[in-house]
Amino acid sequence: MIRFDHVIKRFRRNQVLKGIDLEIQRGQRVALVGSNGAGKTTLIRCLLGEYHCEGEVRIDGLDPRAHRREVLSRIGFVPQLPPPLRMPVGQLIGFAASLCGSDPARIILVAGQLGFDATGFHHQPFVKLSGGQKQKLLIAIALGRDAELLVMDEPAANLDPEARHILFKLLAEKQDDAAMLISSHRLDEVAALVNRVVEMDQGRIVLDDEVADTVDLSSRLACRVRMTRAEDAFARALGAWGFAAEADDPLSWRGHVPGPDRLRFLGMLSRYAALLAGLEMREETDDGDNKDAA
Amino acid sequence: MNHLWLTAWADIVESLRARWFVVYSAVFGGIVVLLFAFGLSESRVMGFTGLSRLLITYIELSMAILPIFVLITTVRSVAGDREAGVFEYMLSLPISLSAWYWGRMLGRFLVVFLPVFIAMLGALLWGMLKGGETPWALFFYYTALLLSLCWCFLGIGMLISTLARSSDIAQGAAFIVWLTLLLFLDLILLGVMIREGLSPDTAVAVALVNPLQVFRTATMMLFDPQLVLLGPTAYVILDHFGRAGYIAFAILYPILLGTLCALIGYQAFRRGDLP
Repeated sequence: MIRFDHVIKRFRRNQVLKGIDLEIQRGQRVALVGSNGAGKTTLIRCLLGEYHCEGEVRIDGLDPRAHRREVLSRIGFVPQLPPPLRMPVGQLIGFAASLCGSDPARIILVAGQLGFDATGFHHQPFVKLSGGQKQKLLIAIALGRDAELLVMDEPAANLDPEARHILFKLLAEKQDDAAMLISSHRLDEVAALVNRVVEMDQGRIVLDDEVADTVDLSSRLACRVRMTRAEDAFARALGAWGFAAEADDPLSWRGHVPGPDRLRFLGMLSRYAALLAGLEMREETDDGDNKDAA
Repeated sequence: MNHLWLTAWADIVESLRARWFVVYSAVFGGIVVLLFAFGLSESRVMGFTGLSRLLITYIELSMAILPIFVLITTVRSVAGDREAGVFEYMLSLPISLSAWYWGRMLGRFLVVFLPVFIAMLGALLWGMLKGGETPWALFFYYTALLLSLCWCFLGIGMLISTLARSSDIAQGAAFIVWLTLLLFLDLILLGVMIREGLSPDTAVAVALVNPLQVFRTATMMLFDPQLVLLGPTAYVILDHFGRAGYIAFAILYPILLGTLCALIGYQAFRRGDLP
């Protein structure tokens, strides 16, 4: 579906992409990882036809620059930093839907699923929304249409755990029909979302590996964490994941973790390992029953 | 075409909520209020009284501040949008580059022209309410000149915004362009050049190429038919064009210049990196 053929991008004397060869097929979910300056954003901009480059970039055989509208109508894009648009939410939705040939109601529906009431914020300037609300709306615009390729730069960075869970479910619905390119500085942020990892460094691909694809994107884990003693920082960290202390035992906390987020959650817990007295994680079925112990 | 109007409308809404637009509108509205407050409509200069006198003063002040206002606000917002990631996101949507570029220019034109026009129209209506004589011919002539001036400097601003890679460079370039045009006004550098023995043809050519000079000559033509105030170049120009010919030139030339600059800007935009 996507083919980069010896793509080189220079900014004056600075060569940012140094001959990228990469193919991505439909159904593949690719994590594009690398540190700052590795060339991830430049590669994405070449893919979107926003940069001229040497070599060839093709999406279903089409040059994204020469066939902008045909190519971009198939791509849903979520940038890392939301643009500071002053236009109201309603107008942005109408604008994007009209350009993409989508129905604004579909975008509003996806935004609602993510926990953002776009109708209630219809007249609110986009720039005045919180970081999480902006992210949800941009994701809704990308997912609320028939995109065959999703290009997302740190899509879940500003989302609360519930919204992350919904996002993972929405991505799971698209995983058979669409290709996904998810960019991040850290692999643990996106590891469970993908089945292929491409790591970039200094404008080159230094790792291209398939990964085990066993985690159900829509799964959820019921968790119980027990502390050895009360600790504010740990309690705040658990609270940020939507956990709450049990009424009869303030050292025990319960909550839910989206399945693909389990690595991130365990990463957070590892910072407080000395305070951990116990940990239970059980995968839940859609109807709320617990499955196997994890 | 639909996408062009969508982009134009989006740009209008963006601009209406921007701080620069508030300042811009306040300045031109404020000028009219001040002109009335200082009783200019009751004064007489070179045979012009009432609203005619007010409109002439308004257009002279507009000539001084409108170009730099249009240039700076255009390059700041367009180049600033590129830096802030607006281009990256908006141009990831399936919109043609021509609809995006010309839609923005169209929206921006309405936003910079309408406050200046509405301020002038407001002055006219207020004068009519007060029972003054309405100088319709002057009003339509100045409307055409303002429209032409706005389009011209908007085109130059779009070109600068496209070529400059940062809003700082764009602002610096816009200021230098404005300063250069100002220096080549008849009464400043051009006067010195003529005194130093510049050939008349070159002096006239410089005065004809400079849109600020063209606008200045055109605005003064009504109350100084021989253009005595403007010195030798204007006199030669008037001799060549005639009154009606020069008025047509003064309206059409800046529009053509602005369109040419915008077209060059569009070609550069289409061929370059977008964000």
